[in-house]
Amino acid sequence: MFGRLSWAVIPFDQPIIMITVATVGVVLASVLGLVTVKGWWPYLWREWITSVDHKRIGVMYMILALVMLIRGFSDAIMMRTQQALAAGNAAGYLPPEHYDQVFSAHGTIMIFFMAMPFVIGLMNFAVPLQLGVRDVAFPVLNSVSFWLTAAGVLLINLSLFVGEFARTGWLAYPPLSELAYSPGVGVDYYLWSLQISGLGTLLSGINLTTTILKMRAPGMGYRRMPVFCWTALASNLLIVAAFPVLTATFAMLLLDRYCGFHFFTNDLGGSPMMYVSLIWIWGHPEVYILILPAFGVFSEVVATFSGRALFGYRSMVLATMAICVLSFMVWLHHFFTMGAGADVNAFFGIMTMIIAVPTGVKIFNWLFTLYGGRVRFTVPIYWTLGFMVTFVIGGMTGVLMAIPPADFVLHNSLFLIAHFHNVAIGGVVFGVMAGYTYWFPKAFGFKLNERIGKAVFWCWFFGFYLAFMPLYALGLMGATRRMQHYPDLHWQPLMLVALAGAGLILCGIILTGVQLAVSIRARGRNRDLTGDPWNGRTLEWSIPSPPPAWNFTHLPEVDRTDAYWAAKDGSGPALAHATDRPVAAVHVPRNTPTGVFVAFFAVVLGFALIWRIEWLAVIGLIGAAAVGLRQAWQKDREMIITADEVSEFERLNVRKPA
Amino acid sequence: MSATSESLGLEPAIPLSQQGPAPARVVAGFGFWLFLLSDIILFAVLFASYAVLSSAIAGGPAGVELFDKRHVFLETLCLLTSSVTCGFGTLAVARTDARALYLWMLATFALGAAFLWMEVSEFAGMVSLGAGPSHSAFLSSFFALVGTHGLHVTLGLVWLVLMLLQVATLGFQPMVARRFFCFGLFWHALDIVWIGVFSIVYLGAH
Repeated sequence: MFGRLSWAVIPFDQPIIMITVATVGVVLASVLGLVTVKGWWPYLWREWITSVDHKRIGVMYMILALVMLIRGFSDAIMMRTQQALAAGNAAGYLPPEHYDQVFSAHGTIMIFFMAMPFVIGLMNFAVPLQLGVRDVAFPVLNSVSFWLTAAGVLLINLSLFVGEFARTGWLAYPPLSELAYSPGVGVDYYLWSLQISGLGTLLSGINLTTTILKMRAPGMGYRRMPVFCWTALASNLLIVAAFPVLTATFAMLLLDRYCGFHFFTNDLGGSPMMYVSLIWIWGHPEVYILILPAFGVFSEVVATFSGRALFGYRSMVLATMAICVLSFMVWLHHFFTMGAGADVNAFFGIMTMIIAVPTGVKIFNWLFTLYGGRVRFTVPIYWTLGFMVTFVIGGMTGVLMAIPPADFVLHNSLFLIAHFHNVAIGGVVFGVMAGYTYWFPKAFGFKLNERIGKAVFWCWFFGFYLAFMPLYALGLMGATRRMQHYPDLHWQPLMLVALAGAGLILCGIILTGVQLAVSIRARGRNRDLTGDPWNGRTLEWSIPSPPPAWNFTHLPEVDRTDAYWAAKDGSGPALAHATDRPVAAVHVPRNTPTGVFVAFFAVVLGFALIWRIEWLAVIGLIGAAAVGLRQAWQKDREMIITADEVSEFERLNVRKPA
Repeated sequence: MSATSESLGLEPAIPLSQQGPAPARVVAGFGFWLFLLSDIILFAVLFASYAVLSSAIAGGPAGVELFDKRHVFLETLCLLTSSVTCGFGTLAVARTDARALYLWMLATFALGAAFLWMEVSEFAGMVSLGAGPSHSAFLSSFFALVGTHGLHVTLGLVWLVLMLLQVATLGFQPMVARRFFCFGLFWHALDIVWIGVFSIVYLGAH
C-alpha cells in the first residue's frame, strides 16, 4: 500500500536530525500560524502565490534562495565543526553515514536551490524592466517554473525527516549511486527533486531567452541592451543547451535504478565513466550559468556607482558570448585523472586556460570604468570590489589546476574545494548580494540599511578568507575532500581557523536578516520616492518603485545604450513614459493557480516515485495533467487595467520632468 | 510603427531588432523552437550514449541479429507520410477549414498510431526473445533512445487529440492556431529525430 514507506524510515534515534526537524517544525508552524492569525492568506494567495508578475516571481525566487542559504549553510558549519573536532583519536560528532549525507546535501542545495534560484530570481526581476517591456514572454509558464523549483526544494528537505539523503556527493557518480551500492531512497530523493526543479529551470531558460530575443522596447537593438541583459541571455542560452543533458543523464540513472537498465552499472557493459562525462557536460556550463549574471550585476553596479558608461561595452558583450561558447569545451578538466590520454588532457587544459582571457577582459573593463569615474562607496560597490580581488585569486588557482600534471596532485583535495568556493562565493554570492542590495529599492520602494549592509559585506569577505585560505594550504599538505576524520593532528589548527571563518560568515547571514528587519521598520525614512535612488542608467530606474503591474505606462523608445541616462542629462530625448502622452488601458496577464497546483502534483508524483507507491504516482500524474488541461481551456487569460486606473497611478507616483 | 520611426529620426526601414516586442504568434513559435532545440539536445545525449554503448552487448544479441529492416522501413514510411498529412492539416488551420483539418489530422493520427503499433510490436518481439533492456548496455541504450522517441510520438498523439478537441470547442481562435503551429513543429521535429534513429540505429546496426 505505501511502498517502502513505514514508521521505521523516520530517524527517531538520531538526536541531531530530530532536534533540527523540531526546530524547523516550530519555525514553520509559527510562520504559518502568524499568517493564519493575521488573516494574510487571501492576500498571499491573490498577490503572490498565484501571481504571474515577473517581479513578484523574481522576489519569491530570491526568498526561496535566502531560506535555502540558511539550510545549505547549516550543512556547511556542521562539516567545518566535524573537521575541526575529528582529528587523531577524536571521532567528532557526525557518524560517517550522516556526514556523507551532509556534504551531499550541502553541494546539491547550494548549487541547485540557493545559487540557481537567486540568479534566476534576479534575472526574472530585472530583465523585463531593463528591456523596457511589461512582462516575460510566457508569464504563466514563469509561475510554473518557480513552483516546480519550490517543489524540488520541498522534496529535498523532506529527505531530512522522511528517509535519508544521498551519500554520494553532489553529483552522484555511479557505480556508487547505482542500486547495488546505494539501495536506499537517498539517491532517489536526489534524482527526483533535481528532475522536477530542473524542468522548472529549463522552462525558465526558454522563457527568458525568448523574452530577451523577442521582447525588447522599440529601438532597443542588441547593441543597446544593458550588459546585465546580455549576460542573462548567455546564461539562459546555456540553460537551454545544458539542462537537457542533465535531464537525460539523470533519466538514464533512474532507468538503471528503477528498471534494471545498464547504462552506468559496472556489469553487462555499462559505463560509469560515461556518466561522469555527461554530468560535466552539463556541470561546467552550469558554473557559467551562475557566474555570468553575476558578472552582469557587477557591470551595472560599476557603471552606476562610477557615474559613467561602462568601459568597453562591446568587448564586454563579446567576452560574455565567448565564455558562453567556451564553457562547453572544457568539461573534461573535472576529471583529468580519470583515464583520458595526454593529448585529450592537453586540449582541455588549454581550452580551460583560454577562458581566463575573456574573463580577464571583463576585469579590466570594470577596472577602467572605476578608474575614470567618481566612485560612490555604497554597499553594491563594496561587494563588487570584494569580488574583483577575491575572484582573481580564485581564477588563478583555477588556471593552476587547468594544468593536467598539477591537477594530478591537487585533484580531489581541499585545494580544489578552496578553489571553487573562491569563485562561487567570491563570484556568485558576492554578485547576488550586490544585485539584491542594488535592486531591493526598486522592488519594495525603500533602501536597505547601508551600515548593516557594509557589516554583512565585511563578515562575508573576511569570513571567506578565514574559511578557505586554510583549505588551500591543507590541500597542498595532502588533505582530501569529504573527510569525516583525519589522523594527522598537524592539520587541526588550520581546520579551527576555517571553522572561525565559517562562524564569521554565519554572522554575515544573521546580519542580513537583521538588516532586512531594521530596514523594513525604518522604511518610512528610507523610502525611495524618485524611483531612481542610485542615479541609475538603465530603464528600470525610469519608473516608480515599486513599479506598477504593467511596468511601463508607455513602452519607452530607445535610441542608444543607457537611454535613460541620456534623457536625464539632456543629451538624449525624453523617454516616452516621461512625456504627457494620453494614457491608454493596459492588458496584463491574469493571475492563476496553475503553477502552484502543477507543483503540488509534482511533489505528490516525486514522493510516490521515491517511495515506490504506484497508485499515488498515478494520482500525481493525472492531477498534473488535469491542471494542464484546465489551463489549456482557459479563455480569459488577460485583464484590463483601465486608462483611468493607469492615470491615477501616474498622478500619484510619477514625477514629470519640470 | 510610423510614430516610432519619426520620433527616433531613423530611416523608414527600422531594423527588425529595433521594432519593439514581437507579436504573440512569433513569440509563441520562437519559444517553442527553443523548447524543440532543448529536446533535440536530450536526444543528442541519448544518441551519444547509444554510440558509446552500441558494441557493449555483454555476450547477448547484437543489433544486426535483432533488427528487421523491412519492418523498420514500413515504420519509417508511416511516420514520414504523417508529416506530410500534418503539413496539409496546418494549411487547413490557416484557411480555418475545419473539415479539411479533421480529415488530414485524423490521417496523421492513424499513421502515427500505426508507427507506434509497429514499434511496440518490435519491442515486444525483442523482449520475448529475451533481448529486453536489462540484458546489456547496448540494449539499454537502444530501448532508451528508440523508446524516448516513441514516448514523444505517444505524447504527440495525445496532444493531437486535445488540439482537435480544442478546435471543436473553442474554434479557430488565435490561441488555438498558435498551438497548432507548435504541434506541427513538434511533429516534424520527431521526423528529423527518427531519420537519425533510422540511419544510426537500424542502418548502422553491426
